[in-house]
Amino acid sequence: MLSLVQEGVDTIFGYPGGAIMPVFDALYDYDKHINHILTRHEQGATHAAQGYARVSGKVGVCLVTSGPAATNTITGIGDAMLDSTPMVVITGQVAAPLLGTDAFQEIDVVGITQPITKWAYQIRRAEDIAWAVARAFYIARSGRPGPVVLDFAKSAQVQEVEFDYKPCTFIRSYLPIPEVQPSQIDAAVALINGAKKPFALVGQGVVLSNAEEELKAFLEKGNIPAAWTLLGASAMATDFPLNKGFLGMHGNVAPNMKTNECDVLIAIGMRFDDRVTGDLKTYAKQAKIIHLDIDPAEIGKNVIPDAPVLGSAKDTLPALTAKLNEAKHTEWIASFEEYVKLEYDKVIQREVYPESGEMTMGEVIHKISEATDNKAVLVTDVGQNQMMAARYFNYSQTRSMVTSGGLGTMGFGIPAAMGAKMGAPDRTVCMFSGDGGFQMTIQELGTIMQEQIGVKMIILNNHFLGMVRQWQEMFFEERYSFTEMLNPDFVAIAKAYRIEGTEVHKREELDAAIADMLKDDKPYLLVVNVEKKGMVFPMIPAGACVTNILLGD
Amino acid sequence: METKLYTITVFSENTVGLLGQITIIFTRRAINIETLSVSPSAIKGIHKFTITLFATEDVVSKVVKQIDKRIDILKAYYNTDEDLVFQEIALYKVATDKLLEKGSMEDLIRRYHIRILEMNSDFVVLQKAGHYDETQHLFDELSETVGVLQFIRSGRVAITKSKVERLSDMLEGIQAKYGDK
Repeated sequence: MLSLVQEGVDTIFGYPGGAIMPVFDALYDYDKHINHILTRHEQGATHAAQGYARVSGKVGVCLVTSGPAATNTITGIGDAMLDSTPMVVITGQVAAPLLGTDAFQEIDVVGITQPITKWAYQIRRAEDIAWAVARAFYIARSGRPGPVVLDFAKSAQVQEVEFDYKPCTFIRSYLPIPEVQPSQIDAAVALINGAKKPFALVGQGVVLSNAEEELKAFLEKGNIPAAWTLLGASAMATDFPLNKGFLGMHGNVAPNMKTNECDVLIAIGMRFDDRVTGDLKTYAKQAKIIHLDIDPAEIGKNVIPDAPVLGSAKDTLPALTAKLNEAKHTEWIASFEEYVKLEYDKVIQREVYPESGEMTMGEVIHKISEATDNKAVLVTDVGQNQMMAARYFNYSQTRSMVTSGGLGTMGFGIPAAMGAKMGAPDRTVCMFSGDGGFQMTIQELGTIMQEQIGVKMIILNNHFLGMVRQWQEMFFEERYSFTEMLNPDFVAIAKAYRIEGTEVHKREELDAAIADMLKDDKPYLLVVNVEKKGMVFPMIPAGACVTNILLGD
Repeated sequence: METKLYTITVFSENTVGLLGQITIIFTRRAINIETLSVSPSAIKGIHKFTITLFATEDVVSKVVKQIDKRIDILKAYYNTDEDLVFQEIALYKVATDKLLEKGSMEDLIRRYHIRILEMNSDFVVLQKAGHYDETQHLFDELSETVGVLQFIRSGRVAITKSKVERLSDMLEGIQAKYGDK
């Protein structure tokens, strides 16, 4: 417990149980230092810790017991691994002498979590606690962040030792931030300075290394248009003139088309995920590729760069900017407009500003974003609600977007929003979910009730598992196999948890309902019944070329 | 791309569960480990893994990066056979009477540079060191002539021909640069 206080931990999401009771007992005496949030399920604790970490930049912490509690954390750990979220999960474990005997609630946590953690360690002796905790936090937050699991044997929880805490700052087999190599900088700068049509792709690496200002300086000096990945959302403000939008399968038309027109592609802290690249064989073949990343294993994993630049974006971007020639690229930047207009006419007009018919997801999201002055933190679940929110929510500051990108975890929304609100208590947190994902972690409404966490939850209810339904319509001959849902009265459920809520059926009621939701800082559920068969466009079919964009017209 | 035999060398801290962390990386990509040999290295507290696999260079280079990324791995690299001096060792158990029926053993021992480790009235244990092809050749010949009761072959051990950075130098360098932090 003292070790956690030493690491500056002030918030823990957890759930007690047999094999972690001594730690919870100690927690009872530390309520002035550490705020423990009792979630309703261990998966909820992990997503809450993720939400907390993503908006605050601090390490999220979970504390749960052994066996089923540990296995319930697996989804959140996997999610944090794929999305590089700093998190320490402490699981109870049976007493050391019982290890390996199939004791009650014993499970091989280290074995299970090794493939999905940066580090997993079993604490068997009290002497190792301070060392292991220090190392865990150092590994979780340094370099490319990620989840760490500490599996804490009950026998070690009750031993007494002299407390001697030394923060960990060095592990000889682990180099978190590679040093900037001047030769790599020079090679990259030469390509950029020679470019007529440079284009930058911004990933979460910029946010994780707090390099938003450095990014802006770099892009402005070279007048380089840029687009963002799902997790790179909010690294640039929406109204930043060089921000050309969202990349990938449901991204904007212009950045996807321009990927295959640019002459130098500058990838910054992103990993060329298949949802961004589509078919690698046709991806940016005409361009010289520069890849800035902190993780050597990402260089050349999917796309082989002409100029790799290893290091933290916080260091590499200023090094590039220093040697960059000022440029205008006026014509090149102006050439994006044609596609912006195309997308507006074919997609955005009818999705965001419909004049008749049923309500659409896009218009609801857009209205709520405007109502918060584009200053809110956006949290999403997974599916159509996620892609629509990423497209139509606007950002004015960094760390304003929390979503499950790599793992695509339905049910992420509610608990992640709780954590986000705990991590940024002064900001409005808007969580968009579908009717499906909402019911995967609906039990966390209990946590919201108990802790009075002021999250604004919006269900975009189309009575379908919308994204799967969209694929069924497009690729499976409209065979809607098990995607239609008979839903409960969500507002009544919220009421049972003493959470205020409203359900909206008609467009005329929407503005008033949004105003009612945002009138104070209390938790709120807004259910909006949107068109049943709405589709997310544009869409690049899975595995297709990035210029093969369907507009749904 | 061409698939061939690569040898991966890994230096690691001596911590529990590292072999598991390495094999997971092979499992995810559905790659078979052909041979594996683990032992303490020349530096106290550091273990060395020698792993052989059939793969394309593209795959093996990514596998090595992912191994190197694990926290307790100090260094990982890969080589092809041309870059290495390598050896395996094999033991063969054959029935003594069968071997004697065949007549003189001198020819066999000379041709294969065999050592005899144990001999009694029931069986003889032969040892042969060499490349895979060589130990396999002896196995084939014994199988066809006298029959092999038991056979075991070790994983590969290998030393690089080229001058690679010595791990001890690398460790000193890291220590000098960051150790006082």
